[in-house]
Amino acid sequence: MSDVSYVRTKMLDEMAPPVSQVGPIRWARENLFSSVTNSVLTLLAIWFIYSLLAATLPWIVFSSFSANSLGECRTAIRDAYGADATGACWSVIRERYLQLLFGFYPSESYWRPILALVLMLVAIGPILFEGLPRKMLIFSGLYPFVGFFLLWGGTVWLPVTILLGFVIAYFATTMLGKVIGSLGAVIAAILLPVIWWLFLAGPVAYGLHAIVPIGLVPIESARFGGFLLSIVIGVTGIVLSLPIGVLLALGRRSDLFVVRTICIGFIEFIRGVPLITLLFVASTLLNYFLPPGTTFDIVLRVMIMVTLFSSAYMAEVIRGGLAALPRGQYEAANALGMDYWKSMRLIIMPQALKISIPSIVGIFIGLFKDTTLVSIIGLMDPLGLSTAIRANAAWNGIVWELYGFIALMFFIFCFSMSRYSMYLERKLQTGH
Amino acid sequence: MKKSVFIGALTVAGLASGMASAGTMADVQAKGFLQCGVSTGLVGFAAPDANGNWAGFDVAVCRAVAAAVLGDPQAVKFTPTTGKTRFTALASGEVDMLARNTTWTFTRDVDLKFEFAGVNYYDGQGFMVPKSLGVASAKDLDGATICIQTGTTTELNLADFFRANNIKYEPVPIETNAEGQQQFLAGACDVYTTDASGLAATRATFENPGDYVVLPEIISKEPLGPLVRHGDQQWGDLVRWTLNALISAEELGITSANIDELSKGTNNPEINRILGTEGDLGGMLGLDKQWARRAISAGGNYAEIFERNIGSATPVGLSRGLNALWSDGGILYSPPFR
Repeated sequence: MSDVSYVRTKMLDEMAPPVSQVGPIRWARENLFSSVTNSVLTLLAIWFIYSLLAATLPWIVFSSFSANSLGECRTAIRDAYGADATGACWSVIRERYLQLLFGFYPSESYWRPILALVLMLVAIGPILFEGLPRKMLIFSGLYPFVGFFLLWGGTVWLPVTILLGFVIAYFATTMLGKVIGSLGAVIAAILLPVIWWLFLAGPVAYGLHAIVPIGLVPIESARFGGFLLSIVIGVTGIVLSLPIGVLLALGRRSDLFVVRTICIGFIEFIRGVPLITLLFVASTLLNYFLPPGTTFDIVLRVMIMVTLFSSAYMAEVIRGGLAALPRGQYEAANALGMDYWKSMRLIIMPQALKISIPSIVGIFIGLFKDTTLVSIIGLMDPLGLSTAIRANAAWNGIVWELYGFIALMFFIFCFSMSRYSMYLERKLQTGH
Repeated sequence: MKKSVFIGALTVAGLASGMASAGTMADVQAKGFLQCGVSTGLVGFAAPDANGNWAGFDVAVCRAVAAAVLGDPQAVKFTPTTGKTRFTALASGEVDMLARNTTWTFTRDVDLKFEFAGVNYYDGQGFMVPKSLGVASAKDLDGATICIQTGTTTELNLADFFRANNIKYEPVPIETNAEGQQQFLAGACDVYTTDASGLAATRATFENPGDYVVLPEIISKEPLGPLVRHGDQQWGDLVRWTLNALISAEELGITSANIDELSKGTNNPEINRILGTEGDLGGMLGLDKQWARRAISAGGNYAEIFERNIGSATPVGLSRGLNALWSDGGILYSPPFR
């Protein structure tokens, strides 16, 4: 009896928690099957995902990669997976992926768009991420000229002389300001570069080229196609529409009647017409107005129209951001004795832009996807190229493989933009 | 006042474009290449290969013209045009000629101020149905759903045909041929209608082409041909007679294989006139004597071009039909070279 005790003498080992309270099972109970409705929805979702995969996975996997035509593809798939098997014909992507990426860009010059893309990533690095050295911003400023030179080629002196116009504008503001007053300097800073670009830049560039002929093989933009075209149009639109949109938004809130009227008129006009109409104006109507023989590049025309279009939307988004700022911010800026531009630059815009980030990125993504509309005016963007590839007798009848590849590429671009905007929002979060 | 400025600008632009189109041939020779408007992609007629080189039945016409004018069939830059942009591209001078399966109609010729240089393919609108539908004639299609490309002449022809036969149909509007194929295969419509050449090309891509039949009725005339701007007769003549040279070459037995042999002189005066060993037909066009020889060498005669791009040995698999020579039961007929 002596070994009987009323309390335990030995400590029990720790037991594992019940299965239902740990690991995946607990997670599933809490997240997937917490209530009857939730369970039903979960089962429905599982069924939906299963049927989706059951329908598409065999098609994706039972595929042919090495055939040279749709007919060969079908034979190869039947031979490999049985008489009833139908699968994707990825061979078309293997044969045409370079064309889908670069269009009709000469293959020996593929390094140029690739280098331009890499340099673009370097150039936007310091704009996107604060951690990188500020000196890199100089390169970001120069990048448009480098990119232009790499993509279109021709003499190196053309971008250099165009760049000189901005240098002239800079000196006009800094030097002439003391001589002829600030208003005169602003006018000179606009007038002098325009005169330079219109009348002198061309001859000077060709003169210099005759003396020091450095350049790349010129490539006309009719050869741009595929994602190269989408990215060129999209990036130009994105980069130019933000500053133009900011100016238009400020102009619309301006007290100066003329400025305000012009800005309102522009914004409302552009927002009142569909993008496709503007593209038709670019492709057909402008041809009638321009003197014949002037080859005003169609890609350039489209870029201008796309930029104007997205600027108007951008302006409204930024105006929303401006309107959301408390009046006190404006008054505080005035109370500190700042002039208009200084207060906008240092106080108002940083806050307004921060508010507008989700909408701005939304416009960017929309703009990038809208570039596919150019296929309607006969430019060979990825969608236009898919028609052209189907027109080849070997690949006639192929639909899903091409669209799938194009969709995947667009998803990669748009998803990265959207992730970046979320990163930016978290970083600029100040409402702790 | 603003209005008058606008109208003034229009007038100046109009005048200037009128002046520029005075000498397309000189323009083409000066810039050294032919700017040819083609389709954005149509099986057998115009399509770029993996290296970006265009080929096809319409493209061959451009190459022949370039060979005649510039001596180089590769000296062509192609501008892909859609059904909506093709006419403005030609009228504004963006392209020198259009070879884009365009139907020769009264309004396009007269009202839009173009000049059709001839017909390189006689097409017509047909119907394709699944065999399981058990239809033998288009007149049995009462109440059928029909996939039809919007904004084309085929849409209007269809309405005319069904009204004339007093039967009903339900249109399923589609935008592109690819969409039409998908809708038709998915059973969204009982009937697919477009040009007979397009139907043949589409049917050839199906997994089981034997399950579908093209009905015998052809309900419209679609003479397709290259066209140029109105008012530049010299250029129009050149394109017209280049096309005629290709057709005559087939008739006279000139092929890319024997052209060098025949160029040394033959007993047939018409062959000699075409190939430039007799007379000076080229001089009358403003070119040298060898122009037609170069045009034929570029891609062969009409028959060779046909067989290579859309003939029975290709996946498109069209038979000559109406497009055979008049002497072989077709209606292809070139005026004499004299």
